[in-house]
Amino acid sequence: MTLSRRTLIAGSLALPALGPLAARGETFAGTYQPKAQAIAPGVWMVRGVDAPIAFANGGAIANRAIIATDAGPVLFDPGVSLADGEAMAALALRLTGKPVARVYVSHLHPDHALGAVAFAPQIVHALPGTREDLLRDVEGFSDAMYRILADWMKGTQIAIPQGDVRAGEVTFGGRALRLLALCGHSHADLALLDTSTATLLAGDLVFHDRAPSTPHANLAAWPRALDTLAATPHRVLLPGHGPLDDKGRAIAQTRDWLRWLESALNQAADSGLTMSEAGMIAIPERFASLACARYELQRSVSHFYPALEMNVLPALKPE
Amino acid sequence: MWVYHARRLFSDAPVHFDAAVRILVPQIAENQHAFPVTIDARALGTVQRILLFADLNPIPLAIDYTPGPLAQPFVATRIKLDQRTPVRAAVQTGDGVWHVAGEWVDAAGGGCSAPPVSRVKGDWADHLGELHGRAWPGADDTRLRIAVRHPMDTGLVENIPAYNLETLTIADAGGAVLTRMAMHGSVAEDPVFTLLLKGHQSAYAVTARDTSGLEFKGIIPGEGVSSPRTPS
Ligand SMILES: [Zn+2]
Repeated sequence: MTLSRRTLIAGSLALPALGPLAARGETFAGTYQPKAQAIAPGVWMVRGVDAPIAFANGGAIANRAIIATDAGPVLFDPGVSLADGEAMAALALRLTGKPVARVYVSHLHPDHALGAVAFAPQIVHALPGTREDLLRDVEGFSDAMYRILADWMKGTQIAIPQGDVRAGEVTFGGRALRLLALCGHSHADLALLDTSTATLLAGDLVFHDRAPSTPHANLAAWPRALDTLAATPHRVLLPGHGPLDDKGRAIAQTRDWLRWLESALNQAADSGLTMSEAGMIAIPERFASLACARYELQRSVSHFYPALEMNVLPALKPE
Repeated sequence: MWVYHARRLFSDAPVHFDAAVRILVPQIAENQHAFPVTIDARALGTVQRILLFADLNPIPLAIDYTPGPLAQPFVATRIKLDQRTPVRAAVQTGDGVWHVAGEWVDAAGGGCSAPPVSRVKGDWADHLGELHGRAWPGADDTRLRIAVRHPMDTGLVENIPAYNLETLTIADAGGAVLTRMAMHGSVAEDPVFTLLLKGHQSAYAVTARDTSGLEFKGIIPGEGVSSPRTPS
């Protein structure tokens, strides 16, 4: 057999096709249907799908929360797209009888932030660091989301939060909230405590039964943020991804994964593993309940391994 | 472009898809500028050449490795991906037959057509050709990992001509060549190569040469110096 372009294409067909492209139909009929579950008086969570961002789920993978106030509901994370944000707005109106009055964007990641475009810019608030992050990265995120989510992203223009969040206690519409300005999962991570119900909205600083993702993580800073969250008395914790935590285990689980990740990758580099081998190392049995564990491990290898390698490869002398 | 490469690389030799060629890649191309690939063809015995290529890259061929009798048919590096493409390893055995394995990889665009980070930062020349490396002696073989600072310009970015490493040679302490590899601009910036050499040497002399004729040299201390732990 001579390898011609045709045999090459036949060879391409011999490989298993990827899911997302095959799933894209001729006509698009997807609609976001967020479901609210009450988790405390006047507080609802909307669970994301515990999966990677994919066409099949419209990118609606992040958990969000709605908090009723006299001035109108507060939305903690507006979702991934214009339609996602609009669906959240409609849901909040249905639940509280009032339009969304304040949107908090927990951090820069597109599954949490891009849905802000569905709201008036002046009611969308974020940490100043998140605004800086978005000014730098939002265009790239938007391109990436259009590539993966296609029609789900229709009309999703770039939106930058206008309001600056400062750490501390605030009262909004008669409801006392504590805003925590942290970092570690990203360069600026907002967490929010609804004081009267002791409900802690942790954003992506905490993952629960779903492996943490690390594209902008600082592994030295992240555990310190977890210390702060653990020291913030709360009754329930809504993680950025994964089920509600009412047993006080999600912070410890996130910490455990990050500690293992860092030491496992350092050990892999020091044993001379290649980058693709490092993505295949055994994941300890205690993480068996975590969704997306292999996927996130391989993403983390991409994020950290090149730098870790350089720590263990000495500079060579010419002679 | 591909027809040209295919004719040049495979000519009229027979080609089989063969699971004996192990190509190890992650399930997601998290960074299209540095997609890791490990090729292990030890199940085929002695081989002549190992090619690493991505069908739909503007520069399909990344690596052309001729391990020779003193190295195992094993190689790893990171490559750029310009779009969703099959990534393949083609391994030619002594009888001239090519054994091919591959994986579809979904990648965002721009891996080959975006400027290297060091070009954006502007510090590429400060570190050009810096070599890092280490040997991991195992029971029968020695694993070498070699990192070279180089922009690996593809020539596809406006105003930046192609400029890349083109060969990597490993010799023993006496200067006898142990193995050699050729590479192209689709290998990732600041490339890292992993090779598996038979036996153990007191030292490994690394020479990397780029398309402007610059040569970068370094010595990796061999047996007895590195940690005795072995990954393979
Ligand atoms: Zn995130």
